[in-house]
Amino acid sequence: MADNTTAVQDNDQPLMQAEGLGKNYGRLSACRDVSFALYPGEVLAIVGESGSGKSTLLQLLSAQLAPSAGKVSYRMRDGVMRDLAALGEAERRFLFRTDWGYVHQDPVLGLRMAVSAGANVGERLMAVGWNHYGRIRDTATSWLERVEIDVERIDDAPRTYSGGMRQRLQIARNLVTEPRLVFMDEPTGGLDVSVQARLLDLMRNLVSELGLAAIIVTHDLAVARLLSHRVMVMKGGRVIETGLTDQVLDDPREPYTQLLVSSILPA
Amino acid sequence: MNAPVYNFAYLDEQTKRMIRRAILKGIAIPGYQVPFASREMPMPYGWGTGGVQVTAAILGPDDVLKVIDQGSDDTTNAISIRKFFARTAGVATTTATADATVIQTRHRIPEAPLHGGQVLVYQVPIPEPLRFLEPRETETRRMHALGEYGLMHVKLYEDIARFGHIATSYAYPVKVNARYVMDPSPTPKFDNPKMDNCPALQLFGAGREKRIYAIPPYTSVVSLDFEDHPFTRYRFDAPCALCGAGDSYLDEIVTDDQGSRMFVCSDTDYCEGRQAEGHRGSESAAPHKERPHG
Amino acid sequence: MTDKPMTAMIDISRAKKTFTMHLQGGVELPVVGGVTFQVQPGECVVLSGPSGAGKSSILKMIFGNYRCDGGRIGIRHQGALVDLASAEPRQILSVRRATIGYVSQFLRAVPRVATIDVVAEPLISNGMARPEAQARAGQLLRRLNIPERLWALPPSTFSGGEQQRVNIARGFISDLPILLLDEPTASLDAANRAVVVELIEQKKRADVAMVAIVHDDEIRHLIADRIVDVTSFASAA
Repeated sequence: MADNTTAVQDNDQPLMQAEGLGKNYGRLSACRDVSFALYPGEVLAIVGESGSGKSTLLQLLSAQLAPSAGKVSYRMRDGVMRDLAALGEAERRFLFRTDWGYVHQDPVLGLRMAVSAGANVGERLMAVGWNHYGRIRDTATSWLERVEIDVERIDDAPRTYSGGMRQRLQIARNLVTEPRLVFMDEPTGGLDVSVQARLLDLMRNLVSELGLAAIIVTHDLAVARLLSHRVMVMKGGRVIETGLTDQVLDDPREPYTQLLVSSILPA
Repeated sequence: MNAPVYNFAYLDEQTKRMIRRAILKGIAIPGYQVPFASREMPMPYGWGTGGVQVTAAILGPDDVLKVIDQGSDDTTNAISIRKFFARTAGVATTTATADATVIQTRHRIPEAPLHGGQVLVYQVPIPEPLRFLEPRETETRRMHALGEYGLMHVKLYEDIARFGHIATSYAYPVKVNARYVMDPSPTPKFDNPKMDNCPALQLFGAGREKRIYAIPPYTSVVSLDFEDHPFTRYRFDAPCALCGAGDSYLDEIVTDDQGSRMFVCSDTDYCEGRQAEGHRGSESAAPHKERPHG
Repeated sequence: MTDKPMTAMIDISRAKKTFTMHLQGGVELPVVGGVTFQVQPGECVVLSGPSGAGKSSILKMIFGNYRCDGGRIGIRHQGALVDLASAEPRQILSVRRATIGYVSQFLRAVPRVATIDVVAEPLISNGMARPEAQARAGQLLRRLNIPERLWALPPSTFSGGEQQRVNIARGFISDLPILLLDEPTASLDAANRAVVVELIEQKKRADVAMVAIVHDDEIRHLIADRIVDVTSFASAA
């Protein structure tokens, strides 16, 4: 406990707000009545098992799915709170390339596999109008260093990278525009345990150094404990318990949360 | 000339109207790829079916047609398309750039400056400049619609990272009228500046990909680049071996199996015109071979 | 303690904690009830009582780690009174960042982070420049007899005693007005125990309010200004 108290700013204005959010597929309700506020610099973990609705929720929050009920608002860089559903497609895509990051579980989905690592990192910069090769390359180089990728590999395509390197590259590619909010979908899934530890440590440092807000979907409570300030436990499409990460994990109240916590193998 | 079973210029009038509508839309939105219902033509894809349909749709009885392939009027492809229209439309043909009203081209823009009233019709294999990095048509269309062109620079970045300079030497992407990024077809980038503010109308037809796009006369066409790696023209650093031209785009001709080679103008009409004016190069086929002296 | 100013740093009244064990058929496990006491600035209150009486639970409730089922956990935070029993997670985090530090027996360290940075982190995250924070971390580590050659290594490779001293350094490094000490001297040798007693004395002089759990009678007498027996809270649960 007490290890994740870094980097939450005393900012009274929420960065993102979900109100009564829900998504139905026909009669099936994938996600129901989710409300919360996320503040700048705050890391929120959404935990639950497969089918709990956590991935649907992430897609709703990142405006990749339109909600059946409720809404998601986001405070744009000009300080105005906007309903994501009311944004034009150009605005939404711009948000995605600049102020947001999205780290996929499978880096193949988040990278251009046939393009060099440098260009993968530089793409977002070029998309916002950077037009100086030297500066783009310098920035890409410093980001590769930050995510502990040998800069000698800057001109190699990520298909020649290991799984852990790909995931670190994906993180660099997302963070290069200094987003304020990063969505992560099982960011350590599919990696070896030793590789996971290094990645978690890296993410933890980056999040705290950059004052990033993050919403992390994970079924791994250890990931939630290490990275997040706050946890939402989902089951059957509903948020059944929420609170400070160490509160929920050390003092779980709901039967399902107690089951989840008791299922962790001791480290 | 005598092919009464065919309509004028081969295509039926309804098809021509459809293609003309696409052309007009293309002219109205410079650089935008307009889908059209490409027809089967009596030649294989890759032989200029898109250009031929555009030419057929705009050709009138009074037009004078020139057809070039890699700058040359006398390659198989150029000759057969020229003959095709001579037979199906009965129009006059020429090899002289200045005399032509319609010039269909594969991979070159003539060296002689184009003038108002001329139409340059390009044959285009792959019209989508973003295809290199983004295979999804739905996504590339959205990127064009929203003007998201960061990806184009990714391609140029890759060139510099790999070769130290922008190595893309043909199909070099341009931005048309400060809005749409466009593939100028596989013309050498040497020709890109000729597209900018050109007095002639430029039309592009891609038969297999079913797209038509256009650059109206006097439209800005800017080659993409980086501040620290600006666009540069490229030509072999030699004069034409036949006409001595120092400003034309050159083809490299291998002359024997010992590795001997010479550089000659790719634009045959330009080269012959200069030779007729008395210009000579080192390998000139002229009867009395002489070197220029001072 | 009548000579102390009457603005308590910690003001707990009738706090209550019960565990409901859903995996054991919903058994209710009362822990403590009616917990009421105050801690003044510069005062060290030691919780006493037999093992299982709920001392650790009370400490965790004060830290906001365990949720309360009733009552009030008043904390003086940046000049205002915050009730941790009903505070929003954000407020609790803010309290932990600026007001309450917790020194547990066990270090939950992140793999791969150097010892010096583990200790310096609370200062850095509160805005101190890294070199200055590391310098202060170094002083504290030296005082706690962690040899300098170990500072660049992650503490996960250290012995239990060394890890605990790293944790103490991390807990004592910041200038928070409230410290919670959960067996800070357990398994330390006499020399290091003396260092910890000294550190606590220093904190008292800096007006830090402390709540401690200490089993060692000798240490308890050295540091305690007041002893609160939790046995009555346990029976009230």
